[in-house]
Amino acid sequence: MKGPLAVVTVVGLLACVPLAGASNVTLNFLIVAMLAALVGQGWNILGGYGGQYSFGHAAFFGSGAYVTAILQVRYGVNAWVGFGCGIVAGAIVGGVIGFLVFRSGLKGSYFALVTLAFAEVLRIVGSVAPITGAGVGTLIKLDLRPEALQFQSRAIFYWLILLLVFISLLIAERLEQTRFGAWLMAVRENEDSARALGVDVFAVKMGAAVLSAAVTAAAGCFYAQYFLFIDSSIAFGSRVSVEALLAAIVGGSGTVFGPLAGALAVRSLGEVAKLVAGDAPGVDLAIYGAVLVAVVAFAPRGIVGLGATLWARLRTGEAGHLAGSSSRG
Amino acid sequence: MFSPAILIQAVINGVLMGAVYALIALGLTLIYGVLHIINFAHGALLTMALFAVYFAYKVLGLDPYVAMLAIAPLFFAVGYGLQRFVIGPAAHGDDRSVMLVTLGLAIVIENLLLYAFHADTRTIDVPAGFNVIDVDGALLGVSRVIGFAAVMLLTLLLWALMKRTDTGKAIRAVAREKLGAELSGIDVAHIYAVTFGLGTACLGIAACLLIPTFYVNPTVGQSFILVAFTIVVLGGMGSVTGALLGGLFVGVIESLGGLFFGETLGQLGIFLVFILVLLVRPTGLFGERA
Repeated sequence: MKGPLAVVTVVGLLACVPLAGASNVTLNFLIVAMLAALVGQGWNILGGYGGQYSFGHAAFFGSGAYVTAILQVRYGVNAWVGFGCGIVAGAIVGGVIGFLVFRSGLKGSYFALVTLAFAEVLRIVGSVAPITGAGVGTLIKLDLRPEALQFQSRAIFYWLILLLVFISLLIAERLEQTRFGAWLMAVRENEDSARALGVDVFAVKMGAAVLSAAVTAAAGCFYAQYFLFIDSSIAFGSRVSVEALLAAIVGGSGTVFGPLAGALAVRSLGEVAKLVAGDAPGVDLAIYGAVLVAVVAFAPRGIVGLGATLWARLRTGEAGHLAGSSSRG
Repeated sequence: MFSPAILIQAVINGVLMGAVYALIALGLTLIYGVLHIINFAHGALLTMALFAVYFAYKVLGLDPYVAMLAIAPLFFAVGYGLQRFVIGPAAHGDDRSVMLVTLGLAIVIENLLLYAFHADTRTIDVPAGFNVIDVDGALLGVSRVIGFAAVMLLTLLLWALMKRTDTGKAIRAVAREKLGAELSGIDVAHIYAVTFGLGTACLGIAACLLIPTFYVNPTVGQSFILVAFTIVVLGGMGSVTGALLGGLFVGVIESLGGLFFGETLGQLGIFLVFILVLLVRPTGLFGERA
């Protein structure tokens, strides 16, 4: 099954979970997993399809989260408007960073380094600037009304984040079908060849950076609304940057469903780790790191790639010759 | 404004601290120069080394400067093993994969340390950490002076190793032309691992020099890693002279920045220098290749 129909089916199935009487614990788990899937999809647009590995996606997540929170708390702006502004702010930050970085032709490890540094700069600024609440953080007032984008029921929060994930999946799906997506993947495979074929490499990278940042910022906005609290290390800390690339890489970077599959897998693993080792700090991340190394070593195309290989083998009845050909769209 | 005496003191302290930064950066630039990879686990490995020195002192009662004799070979072995058995095989020679693997290793190391020793910040008290030498009115910490001298000595040793030994020759050959080196019978995987080991040994020594006046906690390496990257980028990736001068320069910038703007904003200054250099002159001041 391919295309928009697959996206609709998967999201439709996920949307039924609350109707099947899932507990609040389950819903909370799913919300956090969808949040990771959204951040992962944001990373996937630029890293997976564009081949620009960012180690600092927290910069966009945090910008969205802070703008949503600050507009509400300090300026009394409506939460829905704040949410939209947060996404726009993230896109702008993505555009500015992208412009500076791509203009000077940084790629590969240099790109990873400089994005990491931008996120760190924002983290430090966020931890001292008065408007962010400095070290104390920013608390959004509890106000359980739909107008304030806060809901009594977790199911509604879940459907909201699922809607955002749905949109991000459609964006990724469009990337595989449109000319822009083809250009982007050409840049990933070989920048010089793409340029030689007439692709405007800079413009394509800029477009991907803005789109990627906007999706990631949406996750940040949702985080602020759901948890009603952010501080500088939550918003701009390296944890978000790591989870972003982790979901995409583990699930299968450069695939539509990779980040979703990766986020669910990684989050489930985190829960299992908590059951086994207790809620000690460090356990989940240590496992995430090990999973990252293992996936890169043994399954470079991630869960989706593994699934495609298995499916091809099943269909041909043996170690199929289709194994390598059906993963990347 | 500050009196000249304080400024001079700050500059000298910056130079002394910068020497240790330079050593950390030296390891990073060495690995980059030969393997052409950025080792994102560098900071985490430094944290690991600091813990090793800390426990060598607390449990075995070894003075950090004595422990250096054991820590340096130990961390050479750690680095050798990591590159030979984990990073090399896992990355399949793909640059992006190398980045992800070293990042994954950094996350594993940092969080295992966090799990084992919690987030507590630990320090040790050795005489070298407190004693000062009075040079013409400027007070110099003994440990910093020892650190500076040790780094200069080590750089000379490393230089001799590279120029005078067969291993050094092989490392330079691999750095220059990997395929050619392989064809002339050099075991490239071994040389890669040796280089990674040397870079990691630099961290072991840096940890011994740092600990008398510094602290250790599971995330301490993070504060060094971007500083080390800054130095390497400033000096030019792969350039040893660049790392040394860059280290001293960044040490002074940090010291003066801390004096004028406070510690947090001083750090901000380093990152901004880093971003600026990357954007404007990514080959650095001494580097040849982007």
